[in-house]
Amino acid sequence: MSALLSVRNLVKHYRDRDGQPVRALNDVSFDLMPGEILGIVGESGCGKSTLGRTVMRLETPTSGSIRLGDLDLSRARGGKLKAARADIQMVFQDPFGALNPRHSVETIIGEPLIVHGRPDRAARVRQLLDLVGLPQAAARRLPHEFSGGQRQRIAIARALALSPKVIVADEAVSALDVSIQSQILNLLLELRREFGLSMIFISHDLSVVRHVSDRIAVMYFGAFVEYAGAGALFDAPLHPYTRALLSAIPSVPGKARPRHLGRIVLKGDVPDPANRPEGCPFHPRCFAVRDQCRTTPPALAVQTGGTQPERLCACHFPGAAGPA
Amino acid sequence: MSDAPLLDIRDLGLKAVAGPLVEGFNLTVERGEMVGLVGESGCGKTVTALSILGLLPHPAVQVSAGRILFRGTDLTTLDEPAMNGLRGNRIAMIFQEPMTSLNPIMTIGDQIGEVLALHRRLDGAACARETARLLDMVGLPGTSAQQGRYPFQLSGGQRQRVMIAMALACEPDLLIADEPTTALDVTVQAQILELIKEMQERLGMGCILVTHDLGVVADICDRAVVMYAGRIIESGKINALFGAPMHRYTRALLDTIPGANPPGQDLPAIPGSVPPPGERPSGCAFTGRCSAALDRCGTDLPPAINRADHHVFCWNPAS
Repeated sequence: MSALLSVRNLVKHYRDRDGQPVRALNDVSFDLMPGEILGIVGESGCGKSTLGRTVMRLETPTSGSIRLGDLDLSRARGGKLKAARADIQMVFQDPFGALNPRHSVETIIGEPLIVHGRPDRAARVRQLLDLVGLPQAAARRLPHEFSGGQRQRIAIARALALSPKVIVADEAVSALDVSIQSQILNLLLELRREFGLSMIFISHDLSVVRHVSDRIAVMYFGAFVEYAGAGALFDAPLHPYTRALLSAIPSVPGKARPRHLGRIVLKGDVPDPANRPEGCPFHPRCFAVRDQCRTTPPALAVQTGGTQPERLCACHFPGAAGPA
Repeated sequence: MSDAPLLDIRDLGLKAVAGPLVEGFNLTVERGEMVGLVGESGCGKTVTALSILGLLPHPAVQVSAGRILFRGTDLTTLDEPAMNGLRGNRIAMIFQEPMTSLNPIMTIGDQIGEVLALHRRLDGAACARETARLLDMVGLPGTSAQQGRYPFQLSGGQRQRVMIAMALACEPDLLIADEPTTALDVTVQAQILELIKEMQERLGMGCILVTHDLGVVADICDRAVVMYAGRIIESGKINALFGAPMHRYTRALLDTIPGANPPGQDLPAIPGSVPPPGERPSGCAFTGRCSAALDRCGTDLPPAINRADHHVFCWNPAS
């Protein structure tokens, strides 16, 4: 099966006030298969949102390619880019900021259909409301009349309007209460089952990412530091950063903590992209740091000995023992 | 007076124009105890916490019933000067958003020093020394360079450490932390929770942790109170409460957590949403979403059922 979306060596640099480059995204490559959900996790400032926005071409990449079918999105412009956007759509975190407060739900969901000149708008809007579990009466109402969860359903309906192949969901459930969050997660999983939708699911919440993703990429300092099947990553994390992240997840109430997840409390703060350490970018916070880590940045390499060929990790000492 | 609980809230009611926000709220907190106050947005947990400190948005929200006894004194009857003497001194609060709760045009040294000058009458070198000690205690270097920094120069986690240093400046008896880690990354959350827990144990404070995150409560609290639509629906020691929840809402909340379910499968979602204030039924507010509702549930307030350290308000409790 060939990849639906193929990202190669994607780089996005910004300039700060003094003209210094801020390397938000460094050489990111991945393939997204049809029907696959790729989870992207990391702390704030690790570049996960930049990745989503760049793949969507809301940002122009500094270099690298984003192949969607026959088209390279990284270089597409004008009409071609607009046409390609029908295939890749986004759901944002804040369901309050993402919907125009003065437009009716019908207008909001129907707008992509107007932009792309699709016929039978009214019928499609009715169908979409059904699909995301909103009543038909919602069509004429305004966003402020809805709760956060319902608004996120509206945003999802809009993203689905053009029957895209890929959805980029950036913290799509993070602003929602836990009981509403599970309703929306169920909806996303149902859409994948029903339409074979592929998804890039970006979130800081590891247990949510674990729940929905087939594969997970852990980002640090604008690059993947580990990339593996969701189960493999959670059961046997290789990168010290992944292990620390997993160990920081609060327990599931009423259940004992898995033994291998003894808590590792990382020292120091989330990385500042303008201030990149030498060597491995994680070394100042790493509990297994050795001399080599301070000087030589590790490459994202295929891990031998693993059963899955696509398991990648950027560490000189993958699977190193935890702190004493 | 030393026999009285540190904090004893009795039958507290809070109301707004739209209707009652919190009703029949009872809670005691002992010294050295960490109590979680959990619930979804709009359940009344933050407004309850604010009422303890007398920080309710006046006149929008008012205490309509009940008493808040702090070391035997009813806080609802105190005048403003008396409250000012307690706030930040014997009772301190840590807020969710460390960026907006710190003064952006004051150095962090001055902000901590303000508390010390006001409540402990420290000034000059003594104040600077104590500020340095407090910063060290919360894991920030207490150097004068650090004291001269402004909030915008700090990361979210560092700001929250400054907030904690301010809250602990007078070694309060009661610490209220309202979603102290919600705005932080999971790794920094772990650091800050560890710090709060350590400080709470070291200073023997009573502590109320307000949060929507059941996992956080399970990790660091001794006891928790679950709120729904303005009322306590269940409370108890963590093991009993989360190990064998009696209320269908608590159980549903625990069941719907992604980590408690096999990956990729549908989560047991709770249908519907929380009724807003003014639209709550006269009985149990969870009735419309409950899988085991009886006829009387929507009309009659459920009775308290007490089992050892575990209390539930329900007509038809599970287990």
